[in-house]
Amino acid sequence: MSSTPVIKCESVYKIFGANAGKMLQESNGNVDAKTFQESGCIVGVNNASFEVSEGEMLVVMGLSGSGKSTLLRCISKLTDATSGKIFIEGQDLSALKNKELIELRRNKMGMVFQSFALLPHKTVLENIAFPLQIKGINAKDCISKAMDMVKLVGLDGRENYFPRELSGGQQQRVGIARSLAVEPDIWFLDEPFSALDPLIRKEMQDEFLRLQGVLKKTIMFITHDFDEALKLADRIAIMKDGIIEQLDVPANIVLNPATEYVRKFTQEVPREKVLKIKSVMDPEDSSLELSELNVSKDAIIEEVAEKILSQDKPVPVIDSNKKTVGIVKPSKIIHTVFGARKEDS
Amino acid sequence: MEILKKYPKSIQWLFLLIVFFTLCNTIDIPEGYKFIRAQAEHIKDPNQVAYSFLGVEVRYYPYDTLWRLPPFIAWLPIWLNDSMDFLLNDWIPIEIYDAEIQEYETRPLILQITRIISASILFLIQAFREILIGGVETVVAFTSWDWIDANPWAELPGLPWTIVAAAAIILGYKLNGKGLAIFSAITMIYISVFGQWEPSMQTLSFVMVAAPISFLLGMVLGIWAYRRKRVEAILNPILNVMQTMPHYAYLVPIMVLFGIGDHAGAIATIIFATPPMVRLTLLGLRKVSPEVIEAGKMSGCNDFQLLFKVLIPTARRDILIGVNQVIMQCLAMAVIASFIGAKGLGWNLLLALNQLRIGLALEAGVCISLIAVLLDKMSLAWANKQTDYFANLTFFQRNKFGLFFVGSVILGLILAYVGSIMFKQGFNYFYEVPHNKGISTEAFWNAGVDWVWDTFFHSLKIFNTWLIVEVLQPMRAIYLRMPIVATFVLVMGAGYIIGGIRSALVVGGFTLFIALSPWWDRALVTAYMATFGVIVSVIIGTIVGSLCAQHNYSTKIIIAICDILQTFPSFVYLIPVMMLFGVTDTSVLIAVIIYATIPATRYTVEGLRSVPSALHDAGSMSGVTRLQRLFKIEYPLAFPHIMLGINQTVVFALFMVIIGAMIGTEDLGQYILKALSDAKGGGKGLILGLCVAFIGLAVDNLIRTWAEKRKKHLGIA
Ligand SMILES: Nc1ncnc2c1ncn2[C@@H]1O[C@H](COP(=O)(O)OP(=O)(O)OP(=O)(O)O)[C@@H](O)[C@H]1O
Ligand SMILES: [Mg+2]
Repeated sequence: MSSTPVIKCESVYKIFGANAGKMLQESNGNVDAKTFQESGCIVGVNNASFEVSEGEMLVVMGLSGSGKSTLLRCISKLTDATSGKIFIEGQDLSALKNKELIELRRNKMGMVFQSFALLPHKTVLENIAFPLQIKGINAKDCISKAMDMVKLVGLDGRENYFPRELSGGQQQRVGIARSLAVEPDIWFLDEPFSALDPLIRKEMQDEFLRLQGVLKKTIMFITHDFDEALKLADRIAIMKDGIIEQLDVPANIVLNPATEYVRKFTQEVPREKVLKIKSVMDPEDSSLELSELNVSKDAIIEEVAEKILSQDKPVPVIDSNKKTVGIVKPSKIIHTVFGARKEDS
Repeated sequence: MEILKKYPKSIQWLFLLIVFFTLCNTIDIPEGYKFIRAQAEHIKDPNQVAYSFLGVEVRYYPYDTLWRLPPFIAWLPIWLNDSMDFLLNDWIPIEIYDAEIQEYETRPLILQITRIISASILFLIQAFREILIGGVETVVAFTSWDWIDANPWAELPGLPWTIVAAAAIILGYKLNGKGLAIFSAITMIYISVFGQWEPSMQTLSFVMVAAPISFLLGMVLGIWAYRRKRVEAILNPILNVMQTMPHYAYLVPIMVLFGIGDHAGAIATIIFATPPMVRLTLLGLRKVSPEVIEAGKMSGCNDFQLLFKVLIPTARRDILIGVNQVIMQCLAMAVIASFIGAKGLGWNLLLALNQLRIGLALEAGVCISLIAVLLDKMSLAWANKQTDYFANLTFFQRNKFGLFFVGSVILGLILAYVGSIMFKQGFNYFYEVPHNKGISTEAFWNAGVDWVWDTFFHSLKIFNTWLIVEVLQPMRAIYLRMPIVATFVLVMGAGYIIGGIRSALVVGGFTLFIALSPWWDRALVTAYMATFGVIVSVIIGTIVGSLCAQHNYSTKIIIAICDILQTFPSFVYLIPVMMLFGVTDTSVLIAVIIYATIPATRYTVEGLRSVPSALHDAGSMSGVTRLQRLFKIEYPLAFPHIMLGINQTVVFALFMVIIGAMIGTEDLGQYILKALSDAKGGGKGLILGLCVAFIGLAVDNLIRTWAEKRKKHLGIA
């Protein structure tokens, strides 16, 4: 994995306000949201540094106003970062000319918006074909490509509807299809499912996972919903007042919160419901005698807890190729399910 | 001043009034002051003093400055006029090749530019006009008079009225179904049957040129203002002034720059119709959600694509509402533009009014109003129409309206041909009903007027005299009795109480401009007439509005009535009033009242209806009676909106007062009108217009500031 990361941020700041740049320079990078606010500046993103590698899905979480969307907008250059460097596949964003930026967006990036942001005067098909049209692809190819996308998100039969004639879930599918039409390598999703009801949301999440299984894109995904984050994420970033408090794999976020804020944030999450076996498994140890049973590394703990607890011996964990990749001890399950709770109370 | 702020508003107002009246009573009318009827510059009176500024000599009667300020900007109109003259006649002469005399000629740059503009607009109007009613000048423009004499077949014949009517009906049907189609039919047949076809088509061709130009201009400026904050900041006050300046005021400068004729009328119209387009474009673009814009950017749009493929289509509805406004303004200007030579219905109306042929004026007025309502309904229907998807339709379905039109063209031509055989020696009624061969109702209306006069003469006269002697003259005297310091204390004090120092300065600035002009007394008369109109309008408007707002059904009806009345060009209101009251101040005031009651009523209804129903329920639960509910809940909440209506009422009233000068009043309007017939009246017209605009803007500033504060206070901003 020595290849360049797809997205790389180096102390990115975004501060809103008239003299944000000057204030930032004077503060030497130590930005305190409160003092900035007093002088009329709002801190959007505060010293964000991280990398996202190819095919990875990074989920960004945080309370409303914590700067998630702002971070995403900086990376997609919808707003300019006040300071710091952002690299997309090794290219410095701030050094890009307008033309190059447009090219980058036309070919490499896709974005799904919280409120769908469909063009009201275009049909489903035309909305999806829009980025292709903009790119200057001929009408016939546009239509056939867009039609593929319509099928991919399961809207066939409705391609000639207008956005106003669709339900929220259907509109968001159009948004997703549109962002995928140019086959971007990098995919930004800003709370794509938050406007949907729980049933459709679950359906969309499953569909999203299926799509990602096929497409293997580099993804930044914003959500408010921890269940959703745990279900989808390779890694999770938790933001507060513009600062990334912790960026880690889900299990570490839940099990080893880096700050008090993250601990509080994750406290209510029922671990066994969201953690996968792989996040609590131990490395294979040939000295131990293993149980006859085995569990998949992607199984949710809750679903297999009973099975594991019925065994005395550690249970081997296998991957999708039935290869043993680790073991899980019943005691660990007990600790995960009940241990953390006791600490809390 | 700061101490005052501690007291409640009511005490502040009381204090202000006390100071105001004390000032009024302590400052006496100076000896020798009389309401100056003649203009000071024209008479040389040893009692006058004079000063010179920028080479302009200004003579005036000096009074105590507490009573009236000296006209320190009286040089401005003259200077403006001279500068305009200079620009037009002497500035940057260039060599122009004149094709007619085949020689080079020197001509000043500006003159050349305005000539080119005039010529191109005139050409466009002519072209439309000749398509509609025939003519030769368009063809001549490409060839020559000699050629057309030799080839008389090339003369444009004009469309038979049946075809134009069919086109209007099809368009109406396409936009909004049967109802609008029927209304189109009625309008077109009315126009034709009453012999108004030619002037109507002249007016229409005028609108067809002025409206698209205003639309483009407004859109470009709107987009520019959207993209550059600074442009908006500069444009905003200019638009404000343009929208509150009375229509007459532009006419003289335009006449000076562009001459007289249809093109000059069109240019005046464009100036008036562009501001609402700019406003609505800006509003529409602002309303596009930032996420939609971002979606466009993420799709890789460049600036151009973003504008034309994302922003404008998304703001479509507001932009089309702008088109509606533009068309309405164009028709409203149709009459006023005829002052500087625009032909058409407006011209006929004006002529008829001048000759006091009420019946004739009424016919033309009804015609303009019908066209206005029709175009209003059509453009609104267009704005509200959603885009449709046509991919799955057959060729016939997709093109059925086009096919119908082609069919009607053929049918119309056949009819016209049949007509030419049928009506061998008279006029071909299937082709065009000539102007005075239609049915005329003039005699009927004139008889009606006579009857009204014979029957009600006495009571009308008594009412008229009573109003003038008992109400208007005393009110006028009170206004003129105000010393200038008292006026300043009143308006600036009101500004201070309502909006703090800033408002006080703004309002004071507007007033100062008028006070330093030579027309302060006239402005007071204008203000008194407008005040009278506004007071009566507001009383009628709020009462009618409150009554109508009580039921859903009556609400709908009154809003519909307001909609229709609002589309009538303002001149139309003068006709029935003149019928009843003849040429007096009373006529003008009644026209003002009718015209200005419309916004007062509408805003009252809207304000009352927009009170959230949760509050109604809360009120009902605490057992209030209907009357209590109206006074304790609805009025306080609706008040800011009603105040905005009053704001509109003031603007409408001012407009009407000025238009009323047509039938004789002695306020600013009359002077503007006089300036129209004065070759050197350009600067004067503009400054007079500014005075009127500033009265409007001062009131606007006060009411708007107040309403905004109040809304914030009530949490409904
Ligand atoms: N254009 C702007 N101008 C000024 N302040 C802004 C702007 N955009 C965002 N902010 C501020 O930046 C902060 C972060 O906003 P952001 O939209 O990134 O939050 P978020 O985490 O996406 O919240 P949510 O979950 O509600 O979408 C907020 O305090 C917001 O008020
Ligand atoms: Mg957000």
